[in-house]
Amino acid sequence: MSGELVVLWTDALIFLLLVVAVGFGVYAAGRPHLRGPWGAVVRSRVGMGTLVVLAFYVAVGLLDSIHFQPGDGNGGPAGAEVVSLFDTLVGGLRARQEKSYSAPLATRLYTKENIELPDGRTVRDYPRLRYGGAHLQDPESERLPDLLRLSAVGIVKGLVVSLVVANVLIMLLAGRNRSDYGSQARQLLRGRTGIPWRVALGMTTLMLVLVFWSAELAAKYHLLGTDKVGEDVFYQALKSIRTGLVIGTLTTLVMLPAAILLGIMAGYFRGWVDDLIQYTYTTLNSIPGVLLIAAAILMLQIYMSNHADEFNSLVERADLRLLFLCIILGVTSWTGLCRLLRGEALKLREVDYVQAATALGVGHMTIITRHILPNVLHIVLISVVLDFSGLVLAEAVLSYVNIGVDPTMNSWGNMINSARLEMAREPIVWWSLAAAMIFMFVLVLAANLLSDVVQDAFNPRLRNRR
Amino acid sequence: MMAYIVRRVLYAIPILIGVNVLTFLLFFVVNSPDDMARMHLGMKRVTPEAIQTWKQERGYDRPLLYNDAAEGVGRLTDTIFFQKSLKLFQFDFGSSDSGRDIGYDISQRMWPSLAIAIPVLLVGLLVNITYALLIAFFRATYIDFWSVVLLVAMMSISGLFYIIGGQYLVSKLLHLVPISGYDTGWAAAKFLVLPVVIGVVGGVGAGTRWYRTLFLEEIDKDYVRTARAKGLSEPRVLFRHVLRNALIPILTGVVVVLPLLFMGSLITESFFGIPGLGSYTIDAINSQDFAIVRAMVFLGSVLYILGLLLTDISYTLVDPRVRLS
Repeated sequence: MSGELVVLWTDALIFLLLVVAVGFGVYAAGRPHLRGPWGAVVRSRVGMGTLVVLAFYVAVGLLDSIHFQPGDGNGGPAGAEVVSLFDTLVGGLRARQEKSYSAPLATRLYTKENIELPDGRTVRDYPRLRYGGAHLQDPESERLPDLLRLSAVGIVKGLVVSLVVANVLIMLLAGRNRSDYGSQARQLLRGRTGIPWRVALGMTTLMLVLVFWSAELAAKYHLLGTDKVGEDVFYQALKSIRTGLVIGTLTTLVMLPAAILLGIMAGYFRGWVDDLIQYTYTTLNSIPGVLLIAAAILMLQIYMSNHADEFNSLVERADLRLLFLCIILGVTSWTGLCRLLRGEALKLREVDYVQAATALGVGHMTIITRHILPNVLHIVLISVVLDFSGLVLAEAVLSYVNIGVDPTMNSWGNMINSARLEMAREPIVWWSLAAAMIFMFVLVLAANLLSDVVQDAFNPRLRNRR
Repeated sequence: MMAYIVRRVLYAIPILIGVNVLTFLLFFVVNSPDDMARMHLGMKRVTPEAIQTWKQERGYDRPLLYNDAAEGVGRLTDTIFFQKSLKLFQFDFGSSDSGRDIGYDISQRMWPSLAIAIPVLLVGLLVNITYALLIAFFRATYIDFWSVVLLVAMMSISGLFYIIGGQYLVSKLLHLVPISGYDTGWAAAKFLVLPVVIGVVGGVGAGTRWYRTLFLEEIDKDYVRTARAKGLSEPRVLFRHVLRNALIPILTGVVVVLPLLFMGSLITESFFGIPGLGSYTIDAINSQDFAIVRAMVFLGSVLYILGLLLTDISYTLVDPRVRLS
C-alpha cells in the first residue's frame, strides 16, 4: 500500500466536518445544558439503535474518503488512477469484473452467448462467470452447499467478533461503575442500564454479522450480482454511501456559515440590514429549487467542457462537481434556517441579559458570540439532522434528471437511473435497483428516526407527539 | 384589505427584479453566449462564423448591457439584458433555442400537468386527513404506534421507487393500465390513474404525519377539554372542534402550493411520458435549451410569489385573529 496521498476537496471538507463535530462534542460535554439533550438522545432506545447503524455507514464513508494514487509497488511513479483506502480493503470486489449482467450469487452470466467447447463445436448457453463461484467444479450441485457453508462461517465470525465487543464493553462498564463483571453483565442483558447498551449491542451484533456474512460471500460470489458492464453491484452500493453522506452533510456545512451569520445579523441589527437580508433570501427562495440547481449545473457543465484541461483526473472532476452540487443545494436550502435564526435572534435581543450587556457597553460582536450564538445552536443542530434525509433522497432524484452528481461517480441515484432502463428487459434485471433502494432506505430511515429523537430531546413540548 | 394586497403586490416587484437579474447573471455572464454556441455546435472544429450565425439566429449577438452602436434609447433596449431578460416581465418568453415559441408551448403543456397535479392534491388531502384523524382517534394505542412506524418507513422510501415499483406491478405484471403515454380528452384518464395513485401514495408518509402532529397539538387544548366535559362524543369533538381548527394551518399549507401546480412534477411526468410542463423542463435541461430553462425559472418564481400572496390573504380570511399590518 504505497503511493501518494490525494486530498480531494470533499475529503478535506469531510474531515473538517469530523473535526468540528468532535470539537463540538468536547465543548458540549463540559456544559450540562448542551449535554442534557444529547444524553436524552443516547438514552432513547431508538436513538441508540439508529446511531449504531449510522456509525457503520459513516465508517464506510470515512474509509472511502482517504484517497491516494497507488504506486507500482516498487517505489515507482504513481499512476493516474485514484483509489481510496476502502477500495484497497475490498480490493477484490473492484477488480473482479464480469462481462455483463449476472444475477445475485450466480455462477453463470444472465444472457446466453456462443461458447466454444474444447472439441471445437460452439453451443449457445449461459457461460460461466470469470469470478463468481469460479472455485466450484460443478456449480449446479455444489453452489447451494457452498453458499450455506460460507454463510455459516461468516455468521460465526460475526458472532465471535460481537462477543468480543460485548465483553470489552461489559468490562469497561464494570470498571467505571466499580461493580464486578457478572452483575454488570446481568444488568446489561436485562436492559437495566441507564444508557440502553443492550440495544446498542444487539444492533452492533446484527450489523457485524451482516458485514462478515456479506464479506464471506462477496469474496467468492457477486453478492448482489453485476451490472451491464459486469461491475459488482454490491461494490457500487457500498461506494455510493460516501456520495450520499457527502451530499447529506456537506450541503448543510457549506450553507451554515452564511445562514448563521445572516440570520443572526438580520434579527439582531434589524433596520436596513434586516430588510436587505430578508430581500436576499426571499429572492433566492422564490426560484424553484430544482430549476435553480438545473440552471447552475448546466452552467457548470459548460464551464467544465470549456476548461477540460484544468482537471487532472476524472475523479477530481467528478469530485468538484459533487462539491458544486453541495454548494448549490446549500444555496437553495439555507433560507429556511436563516429565517428561523432571524426570528430567534429577534426574540433574544430583547431578553434581559442581552439588554444588560448592551447597557454595560459590551460590543455587538461580543454580544452575538457570547449571548446569541450559544442560544441558537440547538436550532442549527436540529436543522442539520432534519435536512440530512431529505438531501440523500434529493440526490437520487437529481441524478435521475442528470443534474445530480457526475455520471461516472458511484451514487444511488446513478444506480437507479441506469437500472430504470434495465427494468424494460425481459426477464428483468432487478438487483441494481433493489440494492440501491435498500442501502438508501436503511440510511434514510435511520436518519429520520434519529431526527425524531433529536427533535424530542431538544423540544420537550412536542414529546410523545411524533 | 385592498391596500394590504396592493402593498404586497408592490413588494413582489423588487423580488422579481432580483430573480431576473440573478437569472441574467447565471445565463449570460457566468458563461458568455459564445460558450453556449460552442456547446451546442459541438466542441471540435467550430468556426467563428458558425458561432456568429448561431448567435444571430437566436438574438444573442447583441451586447450584454449597453449598445454603443445603436442610437438613442436603442443603446439600452437593443441589448441582451433588455431583449431576453426584461421581456420576461411581459410574459414574452421569446422562442426556444430550437426555434419554437415558448409561450405557446407553455399554454399547451399546462393542462396535462394540471390534470395530474390537481387530482393528486385533492385525493392526497382527503386520504391524509382521513388517516390522520383516524390515528388521532386511536391515539396512544398500538394503531397509533404502528401507523407512525409505517409512515416513517414510507417517508424513507425514495419517490423514484414508488414510480418504478408501481409501473412494474400495475402496468407490467397486471396489465391494468398502459405504462406511459397521454391522450386528449377523457381518453387520457387511463394514463392518469397510475401517476395520480402513485403521487398520492408517495405523499402519504410525510403528509399524514404532519397532519397527525397538527391534530394532536389541538387535542390537548383547553377548548377541546371543555367540549369533552360538555359531554360531546369523541367523533363530534374531532370533527367539530379539532378538525376545524387544525384546518387553518392545513389550508394555508395548501394555498402556498396552488400556483406551483402549474409547473407539474418533473419526475412523474417524465416517467409516465406525460407532455406537461415538468417533462418540458426536463427535456429542456437534457437538450440544454437555456431559453426554456430561463423562462421556467422566471415563471416558477412568479408562481411562488403568487402563492405566498395567496397564503397571506387566505390566512386573514380564515383566521379572524390575524390582523393586517
